[in-house]
Amino acid sequence: MSTAASLHQSRKRKNAVMMTLCVIAAGIGLAWLALILGALIYKGLSGVNLAVFTEMTPPPGDAGGLLNAIYGSIMMTIIGIIVGTPIGVLAGTYMAEYGRFSKLTTVVRFINDILLSAPSIIIGLFVYELMVRPMGHFSAIAGAVALAILVIPVVVRTTEDMLNLVPNALREAGTAIGAPRWVVIRSVAYRAALSGIVTGILLAIARISGETAPLLFTALNNQFWSSNLNAPMASLPVTIFQFALSPYEEWQQLAWTGALIITLTVLGLSIFARSLTGRREDR
Amino acid sequence: MSAVQEAMPAIRGSRDATVRRFALTDSIFHGLTRAAAVLVLVLLGGVAISLIVGAWPALSTFGVSFVTTESWNPVTEKFGALAPIYGTIITSAIAIIIAVPLGIGIAIFLTELCPRPLRRPIGMAVELLAGIPSIIYGIWGLFVLAPFLQTTIQPVIISIFHGVPGLNSLFAGPPYGIGLLTSAMILAIMILPFITSITKDVFDTVPSVLKESAYGIGCTTWEVTRRVVIPYTRIGIMGGVMLALGRALGETMAVTFVIGNAHRISTSLFAPATTISATIANEFTEAVGDLYTSSLVALGLILFIITFLILAIARYMLMRIDARTGA
Repeated sequence: MSTAASLHQSRKRKNAVMMTLCVIAAGIGLAWLALILGALIYKGLSGVNLAVFTEMTPPPGDAGGLLNAIYGSIMMTIIGIIVGTPIGVLAGTYMAEYGRFSKLTTVVRFINDILLSAPSIIIGLFVYELMVRPMGHFSAIAGAVALAILVIPVVVRTTEDMLNLVPNALREAGTAIGAPRWVVIRSVAYRAALSGIVTGILLAIARISGETAPLLFTALNNQFWSSNLNAPMASLPVTIFQFALSPYEEWQQLAWTGALIITLTVLGLSIFARSLTGRREDR
Repeated sequence: MSAVQEAMPAIRGSRDATVRRFALTDSIFHGLTRAAAVLVLVLLGGVAISLIVGAWPALSTFGVSFVTTESWNPVTEKFGALAPIYGTIITSAIAIIIAVPLGIGIAIFLTELCPRPLRRPIGMAVELLAGIPSIIYGIWGLFVLAPFLQTTIQPVIISIFHGVPGLNSLFAGPPYGIGLLTSAMILAIMILPFITSITKDVFDTVPSVLKESAYGIGCTTWEVTRRVVIPYTRIGIMGGVMLALGRALGETMAVTFVIGNAHRISTSLFAPATTISATIANEFTEAVGDLYTSSLVALGLILFIITFLILAIARYMLMRIDARTGA
C-alpha cells in the first residue's frame, strides 16, 4: 500500500515538473517576442522623424533619411506581387478545379511545398544566373522577379487550400444552370474563396517586404534616388543590412528605424491577414 | 406557330455558337491554369539547372576536393567548402537541439494546459515570431544578444569549463559574442514557431477517445502526452522538425550578422565561423573572377541539394500523417 502511495506521489510530482517546464517553455517563447519587439521600439523609435520619410540615404557620417530605400522596397514589392499573384492564383486554380485528381497536381503540390521553404538566397542566385549575368548589370527588375518567385508558392498554396474549401454543391448548382466551367470558377468558386485568396496575397506581401537575401545580388543597392527599373535600386532590407554592419552611428540609427518600419508593416499585414480568415472560421 | 418555326434555325445557330464559344474560352482558361501549374515545376527545374551550370567551372576545377578541403583563398583561387558546410550543419544541429524541446513544450502548453480564452492570442504571438523578417533577428542578434552573451554568459561558461577536458575546447575563449553558438541561438528562435505550430496541429489530430481512455485508467497529463499523444503523432513531429531543419540550414541574413564570417573550422562553439548562406551573402557581390563566383554558386548548389532532400523528407512525413487523418 505504501509503495503504491509513493508511486502515485512520484507520478504526480513528475507530472507537475513536466507541466511546469511546458509553462516555462511558453514563457520563454513569449519573452523572446517581447524582447525583440522591445529592443526594436526602444532603439528604432528614437530615430523616427520626418526626415526619415523625406530625405535620401546619407553618405557616411551624415544625417539623412530612408526615402529612396522605402520607395525601392514598395516598387519592387508591387511589381513582384503583380507578376507573381496571377501565376500563383492560376496554378492554384488548376490544382483545386481542373486537375484536382490528376497526377500533375500531386507533383506540383509537392514541389510547391519545397519551393515554399526553399532558402531565399538560392532564388537570388537563380535570378542572378537568369537575368543579371545575361544583362550584364544589376537591376530593380531582377530584384522584382526574385520577389515574384517567392510570391508564387505562397499564393499557390493558399489559393488551392481555399478553393478546396468551397462546397461542391455550389459548383454543381452553377453547372446545372448551364454555365461553363470557367464561368463557374470565376463567378462562384473565386467569389466564395475571395477572402482566403486575399489573405494569401497579404501573407505573400508580408513575406517579401522583409526579404533581403534575394535582393543582395539582383537589385543590389543604390545610395541615390532612382526610379529606373533597369538600374540598381535601393531597398529597405538591403539598406538596413549595409547600415547596421557599418561603424557609423547615424547609419546604425537609420538601420534600427528602418527595422522598426519593416517589422510594424509586416506584423500589421500578417495580423490583418489572419483576422480576415479568423472571421471566416468563426462564421 | 410558323413564326416560331421560322426562327428555330436562327436560335439553334446562335445556341451552337454560344456553346462553341463557351467550349473555346473554357479550354483557353484550362490551358492557362495548367500552364501556370507546370511553371511551378519549371521554376524548380530552372533553379537546379542554373545552379549546376553556374557551379560547373568550380566543380570541374576542384572536383571532390571542393567539399573536403577547408582553405578558402580568393587570392590564390583555391576554394574548399568544408568550413561553410561544417558551420551550416553545426549551427542548425544546435538550433534543433534547443528549439525542439521548447517547441514541443509550448505545443503541450497550448493544447493541454492553457486556459481556452488565452490559446488563440498566445498561439498567434508565437506565430508572429515566424512573421518577423530574418534581418530583424540579425540586427537584434548583433546589437542586443551578442553583447549580452559576450559580457555576461560566455566569460562565466568559459571559466566554469576551463579545467574540464573536452568541454574546455568546446567552450574555449576569448568571448567574441558572435560565433557558432550565437547563430545557433538566433536560429533556434526563428524555427521555434514552425515546430510549435506543426506540433500543435498534429497534436489536434489525436482522437479524443485515445486520450480519454488513458485518462480513464488514471494517467496523468504528462503520461498521456508522453505515452499516447507523442507516439501517435511521432511522424508528424518528425516532419515538423525536418521542415524547421530545412529552414535553419538555408537561413541567411540573421546568421550573416552574427556568425563572424571566418573560413575556418574551430572546435570552440564561441569561435567565429561561417555558413554556406552567410558566405554567399557576404562575398557574392565582391567576388572577382569567374572561379570565385562559380565557387560561391557551387556552395549554393550544395545548400540547394541538402535542403531539397531534407524538405522532401519532411513533406513526405507530413503527407503520411495527412493521409492517415484523411482516411
